Amino acid sequence: MSPADKPIPRKLPGSLEGNRTLDRWLRINRDGTVTIFPGKVEIGQGILTALVQIVAEELDVAIERIRIAPADTSYSPDEGMTSGSRSIQEGGMALRYAAAEARDLLLARAAAKLGVSLEQFVISDGEITARSGGRTTYWELSSEQLLQREATAEVAPKPAAQHVFVGTSVPRRDIPAKVTGVPSYVHDMELPGMLHGRVARPPSRRAQLAALDEAEVRALPGVTALVRDGNFLGVIAEREEQAIRAQRRLARSARWDETATLPDSTDPRYLLGMKSEDEVISEKSAAAAMARAAQTLEAEYTRPLIAHASIGPSCAVATFEDGRYTVWTHSQGIFPLRGDLAKVLGVAEGNIVVIHVEGAGCYGHNGADDAALDAALLARAVPGRPVRLQWMREDEFEWEPYGSAMVIRLSAALDATGHIVSWTHDLWSHGHSTRPGPKDGANLLAAWHLAQPVKAPRPGNPGLPGGGSHRNAIPLYDFPSQRVTNHLVREAPLRTSALRSLGAHANVFAIESFMDELAHAAGADPVEFRLQHLKDARARAVIEAVARKAGWRSRERGDGMRGRGIGFARYKNLGCYVAVIVEIEAENEVRVKHAFAAVDAGQVINPDGIINQIEGGIIQTVSWTLKEQMNFDRERVLTRTWEDYPILTFAEAPVVEVVLLNRPAEPALGAGEGAQGPTGAAIANAVHNALGARMRDMPLTRDRLIAALAR
Amino acid sequence: MPLTISVNGAPHTVDADEETPLLYVLRNDLKLKGARFGCGVAQCGACMVIIDGKAVPSCDIPVSAVVGKAITTIEGIGGGDRLHPLQKAFIDEQAAQCGYCISGIIMTATALLDTKPRPSDGEIREALARNLCRCGTHQRILRAIRRVAEGG
Repeated sequence: MSPADKPIPRKLPGSLEGNRTLDRWLRINRDGTVTIFPGKVEIGQGILTALVQIVAEELDVAIERIRIAPADTSYSPDEGMTSGSRSIQEGGMALRYAAAEARDLLLARAAAKLGVSLEQFVISDGEITARSGGRTTYWELSSEQLLQREATAEVAPKPAAQHVFVGTSVPRRDIPAKVTGVPSYVHDMELPGMLHGRVARPPSRRAQLAALDEAEVRALPGVTALVRDGNFLGVIAEREEQAIRAQRRLARSARWDETATLPDSTDPRYLLGMKSEDEVISEKSAAAAMARAAQTLEAEYTRPLIAHASIGPSCAVATFEDGRYTVWTHSQGIFPLRGDLAKVLGVAEGNIVVIHVEGAGCYGHNGADDAALDAALLARAVPGRPVRLQWMREDEFEWEPYGSAMVIRLSAALDATGHIVSWTHDLWSHGHSTRPGPKDGANLLAAWHLAQPVKAPRPGNPGLPGGGSHRNAIPLYDFPSQRVTNHLVREAPLRTSALRSLGAHANVFAIESFMDELAHAAGADPVEFRLQHLKDARARAVIEAVARKAGWRSRERGDGMRGRGIGFARYKNLGCYVAVIVEIEAENEVRVKHAFAAVDAGQVINPDGIINQIEGGIIQTVSWTLKEQMNFDRERVLTRTWEDYPILTFAEAPVVEVVLLNRPAEPALGAGEGAQGPTGAAIANAVHNALGARMRDMPLTRDRLIAALAR
Repeated sequence: MPLTISVNGAPHTVDADEETPLLYVLRNDLKLKGARFGCGVAQCGACMVIIDGKAVPSCDIPVSAVVGKAITTIEGIGGGDRLHPLQKAFIDEQAAQCGYCISGIIMTATALLDTKPRPSDGEIREALARNLCRCGTHQRILRAIRRVAEGG
């Protein structure tokens, strides 16, 4: 048979496509349990509980029977990254089809064993009863070989109308341990003979180590090794506080030659002075409509560099023994990380096992992968001894990859009846992905500091339709003419990468703020104005639902202190639909008191899981939008502690109410990043509604509020 | 130099430098992993424990300063089948996302309710001024604490 004659393998749903054997995904154990092997990982979003629900549903077994194997490069399916709100679509769908097929195979065995036809079975919690009498169980029928076969995806999953577990708020199984202090994170790992490591980073980008008194550090109590490799400096000690003390001493005694590499202002408009790659990503033109233009508006919006700022600084544990590494990490992608580690450590991927263990909240590409390399580099210096490496708070603030600064310029024309007839959107941003796994080079911090560095590749930016910097830059509204241009400033003075929602936070902030400005110019109510420009029925439904929930009254004005605003987006223009209304109070500063959201994420797997994600997304975005900005001078990042980077406190957190529009017949869509864009814009719109002042630069600080009022 | 400290009602002798922050003694000597490192300078509350009835960050208090005092950690207030009412309320409200900040928050809330069983919403928020949550779980956390405060 020539290659051309070979049958083309059928395209399988979700991550089954790349991991086609059923037993890669689940095993039916003879002890009455089921083990699932997700390649997607828990990052605080509750995904594992949702995956358990999906599998329990298809197999007709109790939730409690399902065990979850930790993601591990030695046996787990390679599902790439846990990112982009795609885990339900990719991992969930793979498990759904694999479980449906496993059930089918078990029933075929049952039919053969009991000598009856398939239609005659009643299945309850893994027990199979034939109507004609006779019974057996999954656990009796299962064998090693049962699922050692390629998936066909030809067994249809259950129709939504029959769902028992899917669509219910099954409690998260990780929470009891987390509220009782049971070890839950990679930070809590304890291995026999474990040592503690810390890395003393350079004081700034491109700093070169000029001098170091190694002896005085080596002489400190408990220090077992000092690793010096180019500009990479690490220390290993018997006790954690000894490692910290040695790190501090290293930082004090090392002399560095520094270079001024950073912009001369933290104002995101520094982007406008840099070289950009310009691409028109959406263009349509209607001369007749444009000829009706009666008034034109323009505005510029910005977001500064912001941080993931997880409460738990990044951590990893590594061992090196007989030329082989084992690394425990809270990375979002154990396989891409393994690839980059292999390049930097100079060993084959087969000599590295990467195992996922939960970390503190993730929110995108943070320091997790970098800490994994740090731990491996330190472990290499003490073969046979595990090393636990944790970043200090200042390491995290100074060295994590940030969410990019962005500048967005919009212009639009209204006709005499108040309809938008043309729209242009120009955005400037760095790339939004420098994750591990590039073809050339390595995206791991320490790799660039070694004496024999593995270079950083060209920074990436996820392409359309999802997009990176241009995520949600193309409006979902129906405008007769539009042009959207992405000005990608690829060279980034400070590393930027994926932060929850990528470019969508700033693009939607701009689009939805501008929609309000246009509504105001047209003398229209913001909700009605949006609906006038929107055909998509699901989009209209979330806007109408949130307006109802919040008791929105047409053309309602704020009272000079309080006001309300709306924001809407469909995440990535292909994910969940979210509309948000916030109520603010602005006396000396902007406070968000109350937020309402309406969400359509297609078929809902776990309602409370989605609500928790949307609540958290809104509150985190209130923090980003009102308070957050990285600070730096020409050499150094100046943000080091929570005092330098205040986030929303308990005193400031708004009440959040979420309405879910369940659509059981539609594909399930992720919701972890749907609220960011709409929330930011809703706040700025509420400020305008309250005070008549338009704030276009994030964060919406007290000083900027005063300046906006003075304009 | 060996030091003896009282944790969750039992004495523990540890061989640590007297300047060692209590957090590392709890986590690494006593293997009590519930208090977690967040900032090292008492700004985030992830390491909160109760010392003589007051919620205190354990990351910047030297172990020598707590000799003779009663230290309670999250492991000491309940677990397994014997949950503290706050722990039960946090489960009932599903009041966690990543959960890294949660044991510190529960310790702050425990100290608050021990001294003031019926705090107002404002008092609860005020008590949590030194605890940060990044996932945005604030509403659920407040609901869980209110549930216990209201005897629910």
